[in-house]
Amino acid sequence: MSGNMNLTLKVWRQKNSSTSGKFVTYKAPEISPDMSFLEMLDVVNEGLVKKSEDPIQFDHDCREGICGMCSLVINGEPHGPKRATTTCQLHMRSFNDGDTIVIEPWRASAFPVVKDLAVDRSSFDRIQQAGGYVSIGTGGVPDANEIAIPKVIADEAFNSATCIGCGACVAACKNASAMLFVSAKISQYAMLPQGQPERYARAEAMVLQMDDEGFGGCTNTYACEAQCPKEIKVTNIARMNREFFNAEFIKG
Amino acid sequence: MSNFSNAFSSTLGKKLVMCLTGLFLCSFLIVHLTGNFQLFKNDDGLAFNQYAHFMTHFTPIKVVSYLLYSSIIIHSVWAIIITLHNRKARPQGYAIKPKDGSIWSSRNMGILGTVLFVFIVVHMSNFWYQYHWGETPYVEYRTDLNTGATITKEIQASEFTDYVSYIDNGVEITKSKDLYKETQFAFQQWWLVAFYVLAMAALAFHLVHGFQSAFQTLGWNHHKYRPLIKFVGFWIFSILIPLGFAAMPLYFFFLK
Repeated sequence: MSGNMNLTLKVWRQKNSSTSGKFVTYKAPEISPDMSFLEMLDVVNEGLVKKSEDPIQFDHDCREGICGMCSLVINGEPHGPKRATTTCQLHMRSFNDGDTIVIEPWRASAFPVVKDLAVDRSSFDRIQQAGGYVSIGTGGVPDANEIAIPKVIADEAFNSATCIGCGACVAACKNASAMLFVSAKISQYAMLPQGQPERYARAEAMVLQMDDEGFGGCTNTYACEAQCPKEIKVTNIARMNREFFNAEFIKG
Repeated sequence: MSNFSNAFSSTLGKKLVMCLTGLFLCSFLIVHLTGNFQLFKNDDGLAFNQYAHFMTHFTPIKVVSYLLYSSIIIHSVWAIIITLHNRKARPQGYAIKPKDGSIWSSRNMGILGTVLFVFIVVHMSNFWYQYHWGETPYVEYRTDLNTGATITKEIQASEFTDYVSYIDNGVEITKSKDLYKETQFAFQQWWLVAFYVLAMAALAFHLVHGFQSAFQTLGWNHHKYRPLIKFVGFWIFSILIPLGFAAMPLYFFFLK
């Protein structure tokens, strides 16, 4: 078909977390520019299955950019070259015919490789379980506007809550730091009345869990903000610092 | 719930140590630069030598100076601890260097910091060590209090016992170690001047990231005063202060 692209893929193949991996080169012929990046990988995998080879393992779920399951560092960029876009929403028209595309997994000791491009992100779950919730009873449905929250605050909290927990911040950070994720999860409650009773205990527990998981520290390069598919801002990290220091030195 | 050891052993706490020592060192730069501007005074170093004596003998300043030395050491040691920890967080690197939109200096604070550490060692052994325990020239100033005219005379070590400043028959006599002469002498060497200018360039790049970064670490990132922090960090700490310091060796090399 005309307009289709022929691509070369250099894909990280790794059997499991205890073996070392390597790059394997694959041809991806006749790729439609309207395919998503994951559909392109599906096509390559179909070819591999037909040849009775092991298909490339990669994570995906909703393919609508909201579940946070897809990952992939594409040519050195988490979720590929398009800003504010997850890999599943990235289309092949962002590439050119004849391109060589290097595909790697998220690389962090806290995200061990499960197989090939799929990594174990349960460290994020454990951080969330450490305090990323509200445990007060919600009761019945309250009257509208019974709890007045200024629009700017509601918007800010909502923006923090749009974090899908994909881990691109960790992948982008030179220190494999999870602070953008953790700070977004702390922020979404710290700004709202429902989050107040556990506000400081939450900040402390989530930060300490983050450290236990072996993520690196923040050196304020702001690479995470640049690569976040949901455009989470580093002001969240500043807020997390405030919440944590408050928890440790003043309010604790 | 909280305890201090938790606070300081956490990744955020370690950053807080970097941030507070860094900001303290920034505040020192202002004092150091302001004081050293007396090098540009055309008085054969009278004001500068008086200032040097005051800074090394006034007790509160001595206390602060020990705080300063420990800050330099803590800032450097913590940088190493943090870097090693951060390296461990990514044992396997990327084949393609991530394109991440971060500025160069933010990713290379360690290299810049190493240059600065070497500079501080060289700088302190050139002046601080020499002034306290090494050999310096000695000088005597005689200022006629009626006319204001000053006569400067180099004196021998045998004629010098301690820093003195007194008035005798309408003439103010000051005998001092001559750090000004020492400075003038050091900056006759072109390679030392070049090294100082290079180190000040490293300082500029270190602070263009470091100053604003410290406020982010403290949690002071707000759209109202963020522009002010960035302005001060850029224009004062990474342009004005390094330029002011770099001007000193250049002044002595080319104009003295």
